[in-house]
Amino acid sequence: MTLLESKPADIPAPREITTKPRVSDKIFRGVVTAGGLSSLLILGLILIYLTYQGYDVLKSQGFGFITGSEWSLVEDESGNIDLNQTKFGIAAMLIGTILCATIAVVIAVPISVLAALYLTFYAPAAIRKFMVSIIDLMAAFPSVLFGIWGFFVLMPSAEYWAKLLHKYLGFLPFFDMQVPVFTRSPFVAGVVLAIMIIPIVTSISREIFGQTPLDRIQAAFALGATRWAMIKAVVIPYGRSGVVGGAMLGLGRAMGETVAVYTVLNIVYQINWQVLLGAGGNVASMILLKFGEAGEGEVKALMAAGLALFILTLLVNFVADFIVKSSGAKGR
Amino acid sequence: MTNENEDNMDKTTTKPSSLSDVAAAKQKKAPGGQSLGVGLEARGVHAWFSGKHVLDGISLDFWSGTVTALIGPSGCGKSTFIRTLNRMHEFIPGAQMAGEVLLDGKDIYESGTDVTKIRLKVGMVFQKPNPFPSMTIAENVLSGLKLAELKTSNKDELLEDCLERAGLWSEVKDRLNAHGGSLSGGQQQRLCIARSLAVKPQVLLMDEPCSALDPGSTLKIEETISHLSSSMTIIIVTHNMQQAARVSDYTAFFLSDGGPGSMIEVGPTSEIFSRPRDTRTENYVTGRFG
Amino acid sequence: MSTVIAAPKPGKPWTATPKERAIVVGIYLAAAVVSFVIVAVTPMKGKLAYFTLFFFASIIIDFSVNYVQRGMASAKDAIARGFVTVGITFAVLPIFSILFEVVKRGYQGLGFGLLTNDMSATSVNDPIGNGGLLHAITGTLVMVVIALLVAMPIGILTAVYLTEIRGKFSAPIKFLVQAMSGVPSIVAGLFILSAYVYPITKELSGFAGSMALMILMIPTIARTSEEVLLLIPSDLREAGVALGGTQWRTVALVVVPAAKSGLVTALILGIARVAGETAPLVLLTGGGESVNLNPFNGPMGSLPMYIWKCFGQGTEESIARAWSGILVLLVIVLALFTMARYLSERKVTK
Repeated sequence: MTLLESKPADIPAPREITTKPRVSDKIFRGVVTAGGLSSLLILGLILIYLTYQGYDVLKSQGFGFITGSEWSLVEDESGNIDLNQTKFGIAAMLIGTILCATIAVVIAVPISVLAALYLTFYAPAAIRKFMVSIIDLMAAFPSVLFGIWGFFVLMPSAEYWAKLLHKYLGFLPFFDMQVPVFTRSPFVAGVVLAIMIIPIVTSISREIFGQTPLDRIQAAFALGATRWAMIKAVVIPYGRSGVVGGAMLGLGRAMGETVAVYTVLNIVYQINWQVLLGAGGNVASMILLKFGEAGEGEVKALMAAGLALFILTLLVNFVADFIVKSSGAKGR
Repeated sequence: MTNENEDNMDKTTTKPSSLSDVAAAKQKKAPGGQSLGVGLEARGVHAWFSGKHVLDGISLDFWSGTVTALIGPSGCGKSTFIRTLNRMHEFIPGAQMAGEVLLDGKDIYESGTDVTKIRLKVGMVFQKPNPFPSMTIAENVLSGLKLAELKTSNKDELLEDCLERAGLWSEVKDRLNAHGGSLSGGQQQRLCIARSLAVKPQVLLMDEPCSALDPGSTLKIEETISHLSSSMTIIIVTHNMQQAARVSDYTAFFLSDGGPGSMIEVGPTSEIFSRPRDTRTENYVTGRFG
Repeated sequence: MSTVIAAPKPGKPWTATPKERAIVVGIYLAAAVVSFVIVAVTPMKGKLAYFTLFFFASIIIDFSVNYVQRGMASAKDAIARGFVTVGITFAVLPIFSILFEVVKRGYQGLGFGLLTNDMSATSVNDPIGNGGLLHAITGTLVMVVIALLVAMPIGILTAVYLTEIRGKFSAPIKFLVQAMSGVPSIVAGLFILSAYVYPITKELSGFAGSMALMILMIPTIARTSEEVLLLIPSDLREAGVALGGTQWRTVALVVVPAAKSGLVTALILGIARVAGETAPLVLLTGGGESVNLNPFNGPMGSLPMYIWKCFGQGTEESIARAWSGILVLLVIVLALFTMARYLSERKVTK
């Protein structure tokens, strides 16, 4: 019997696994990848074309395009635009966009979060499905419907609420106003936008709350927690960042809305912080308003305005994505 | 093990000391029957899930100061049973039950009972450690107080006491503000035990607390269990028969033949393992099946 | 001694007893009484006053009752319960108001003529019986179908890339799809204007409208398709590959057919998303008054444009027409949505 000499076993390096890809698969990958990258292409083209069209205007207006609030078209004798005298400034509209969207988010997010909590943790099984369906259905309503409904049905009530706000909270600078014109104000637009984005934010929040890990929920209940105590200790820390992301998505949607705001907001080229006053603006609805009669030169200015709006909404989406990704890892 | 615990035990309970007493005591356990008045008693507990009968009339008494192990093959309803003891069973959609569970003589399922108060008295430690990741170690231990809006005069004293009894104090006393998720598996489970202790329960239910842990942590937790049993009642579900033999005073054997699970036999641990009365018990503890 | 125990009946002893339910009803009644009393006594008035007072009164009473019976934790839970109920009420109330108003105001315009006539021969002040929205429906149909023809392959290919190939572009592509879903509809309209209408055709057309709609459709289709494809268990793919299938065959002949109904759902949702888009169509299509089936030639009407123009005309009759148009559009969106729901439920149970 010979003793086999024991040597330390040589651990082999892992082999590289390769396969010769078939031609059909290569084509397949190519086609699919091209399809996938088409969104990059489209977004890129949007940026390029809008910049190209709006370039002249941006160059002549400079920063004044974003900081000035005057929109006056001056033409010379032959009907061409006198770029030195013409002013295109969208500051009032940009502020209006942000203001209306912020009002919308301030109203919609608390309602949506509470509604999502109700649907996930309080609703009896029988009505939960029904309510989820109708909220998802409302997310599919066309925006023109909200605009027209807002104008005819909501505005009278919104006017009443605005008057109340002015009466009791008028000492706050937002709610003060020089002239008592309550219709077609940023406030009304904000309310209409809020109603539009509630379904989206509720849906996103509901999904997030539903994914709360069950073992933590059980741990809280086993310790003798009430439903609210459990939500506060487990659900909210878990879902916080996702809900913020959802709220920002709603913000982006509200910023880009056109027809829903057009009917209920009176466009005035002056920065207006008094939300109850019937004057304001929103870049998208301004574009729609001016487009009908705009000559070639003015259209370029509208393109530039569209570019500004596009970049703004891209930024908001980018930040939303970042918030969800980064703070989601911790505390989860 | 049994004798030691007899000495440590609260003498205000009537603990039967022989098998025949256990059998006789079991006979009286129909719902509505006479209650011992103290401790946890299950009377004819049945459970259903969406119409499917999964527990068949379990009657068991748990005397304070004892450790009872529930053993049996998978799927025979042991976990379902202990969830009826702290009213966690009702969270599952489609769950139903029948029978009574008496805590100190009062049925916990009686209408008008505040279920959160029951769960303060009957705590639970789960199979997979589940500390709250958004809280620090100290916050985790005291979370039960915060959740139930309980006041305590000395938080730090309670914190140290619970971690000490859970066998974790020496390992974490310098990092009480670290995150709950930064501990190892065994430490996390002991943290969960400390967390349950903070609300001063009478009974502690443990659902296979060591099955997700390595043998070293398992041993530490078993030590914890013996120390804890002097001041409360412990009921532990376990698949590990050696663990049951090491840790418990009484053992109950559960079995299901495809239908609802029932309890075949209960008795002092040493007798269940050495002289079981039912052949099925014998087959299980000697490893012929399971 | 052995007692024969009767067969036990399953029960749920944790559900609310009649006594507990009575207490809840009592709380709400008390809150109602309080709000009536306060309205009578103070200068507050109106529906808003009643509802706000009722809400606060019911929360305070619920809080107190729970505090006395069960302590602070339960009392806080009562407050939370009140707030979430209000939340869901506010979220759901507008839907009912909208549906009610649309039906109420649009109903009178309905009639056979609505669906078979167009507006080429009608003037602004004609009673609503004249003219109809046939041109609007055909226009929307043509534009949506064309948009779908382009958006469908791009959307599904994007989803396939994300789920099957999972290459190094996955993270950027996911982000881009998300960004694309945030493109304001008017920006999409301006883009097509500057990239297609001005340089190439110099006139408004239905096709231009389709292109803008396509941009808005792609993200919806891509996202829903991705979710659907992710649901297909990987065993199916492994089975295909184990049988010697190439990747493209496996995807095309095994995975995609398995996800068929889900992909159809994605398409339907894409259609519902753009059917009501107005802004780009205002810029690009000219909103014709007569039926025009040629997307490349001449202005084309559509439901959103019909609604928009009628609303803009401002007369009583034209506004009534606008509401009827909204009603028709809503019915279409509802039908699409229900179809999508039905298909996705069926897929789950299969």
